[in-house]
Amino acid sequence: MDEVLVFELTILVLAIFLGIEVISKVPTMLHTPLMSGTNAIHGIVLVGAILVAGRADADTLTTVVGFCAVVLGTANVVGGFVVTDRMLEMFKGRAPRKSE
Amino acid sequence: MSKTTTDLLYLVTIVTFILALRFLSSPRRARQGNLLGAAGMALAIAVTLAQDGLGNYGWIALAMAIGAAIGIAGARSVKMTAMPQMVALFNGVGGGAVALIALAEFHNLTPLPGDLAAEESIAILLSALIGSISFSGSLIAFAKLQELLSGRPIVYPGQQFVNGAVLLCALVLGALIVAGAEGDLLVVALIATALVFGVLFVLPIGGADMPVVISLLNAFTGLAASAAGFLLHNNVLIVAGALVGASGTLLTLLMGRAMNRSIGNVLFGAFGAVQAGGGSAAAEDGRSVRATTAQDLAIMLAYARKVVFVPGYGLAVAQAQHTVRALAELLEHKGIDVLYGIHPVAGRMPGHMNVLLAEADVPYDQLKEMDEINLELPQTDVVVILGANDVVNPAARSDTGSPIYGMPIIDVDRAGTVVVVKRSLSPGFAGIDNPLFYDPKTSMLFADAKQALEDVSAALKAL
Repeated sequence: MDEVLVFELTILVLAIFLGIEVISKVPTMLHTPLMSGTNAIHGIVLVGAILVAGRADADTLTTVVGFCAVVLGTANVVGGFVVTDRMLEMFKGRAPRKSE
Repeated sequence: MSKTTTDLLYLVTIVTFILALRFLSSPRRARQGNLLGAAGMALAIAVTLAQDGLGNYGWIALAMAIGAAIGIAGARSVKMTAMPQMVALFNGVGGGAVALIALAEFHNLTPLPGDLAAEESIAILLSALIGSISFSGSLIAFAKLQELLSGRPIVYPGQQFVNGAVLLCALVLGALIVAGAEGDLLVVALIATALVFGVLFVLPIGGADMPVVISLLNAFTGLAASAAGFLLHNNVLIVAGALVGASGTLLTLLMGRAMNRSIGNVLFGAFGAVQAGGGSAAAEDGRSVRATTAQDLAIMLAYARKVVFVPGYGLAVAQAQHTVRALAELLEHKGIDVLYGIHPVAGRMPGHMNVLLAEADVPYDQLKEMDEINLELPQTDVVVILGANDVVNPAARSDTGSPIYGMPIIDVDRAGTVVVVKRSLSPGFAGIDNPLFYDPKTSMLFADAKQALEDVSAALKAL
């Protein structure tokens, strides 16, 4: 058990450093899409929500709570990616516009 | 599907998330990156659904259908000006999901007394605590930005003490869980206390500081997701949560720096509560402003070589993004260089103004960040300020007594001529007087931004 915990902590710390590295290269211009994009990414909690809601031994409380978690998680994922796509779609360079 | 296969496929998802963020370093590939991330997410969900021993498919399908309907309806209908609220809302539901996961896991793990390992109870405590704060805090941030609640900081004596006491309550409940106390009510109480704390924590923060709060709560939800990953022993949750946590923290710090204020000051300073009302008197101390007309501005622009627009949130409120783009195109046809200078905190969240201008088809290579545009301004003939105020206030450079002293600004007063389009001389959001208006090289065009720009375009065509 301890071994697993240490392994998971290692992943966590490396991911934080990687995150800082990657995010610091994002220009200010794209900070709003960055925020909504990372917002969509933490929608990954949907995976956890499905695991909880889908437990074979689920009693009523687990099912109800899991159900709500899946609703919230899905709204987070779908809404986050759709709204980010809507924003990024609008960013156009000068060149394609001249050909209009 | 075996655990090994599942974990390998989760690794693919992790790679797509990292690439999605990597591609955001340029607007050219950002959209592909986002689609890639979405594909990775779909893979993770499919893999999870295909796991051995999973049941309850009917309920899960129904819940996903409802969630997707809410998400799509919200994301499709939101106006670009309302983007900060939308981000707050989606952030909140993610945090709520984590808190519910913690509750259900505690309920499922505790029937076996003494079986809850310390790391599991700590993971439950963190997921429940951070997830709930993120949920209720985001909802209050949403309500403030949507103007369902007053944007002014809501303060009362002893507030810090009350907030501290509530947080302490939550931590004591958490300590009880870690110490091995059992019963679902304990987690329910912890979640309820954390929800109350989330509300109390955001209420005293002013509307203008909401972007910082949203970004911080975004980091919170990320960390809560990581904690849930420890609880469920799920790597993709740990990594994705850490990426979001890092991003949210970094953006929070960047915004603090752009306003030259510490994060502590933003969160606990109740900025904007005290200066209200002091602004109007300052305008009457004998200094004079020069007013101009749309006709004059059109002539000024027609004979310029380089023009810079500095937009603020006022431009978006007036729905004038398209009008300014039309005017810019007229100028470009005359061979005049047009750029936009965008302050990091223009708009209501970082980069918001860029999104609003992109929506109006302004090419992104004309959008210049503060440091870049400051190099261009000394060679600029005319700067037109549209609905921006504090971010061009030279008092930030020179007046040590000003509340915004030290904040990096766009140095518009270094350009040849400055024209400020504004409805009146009233001070901006933070209620701070702006000496730029009384600078001899500044002219004021008192009008609604959209109407003014339309008049200037018409006058320009008639020249």
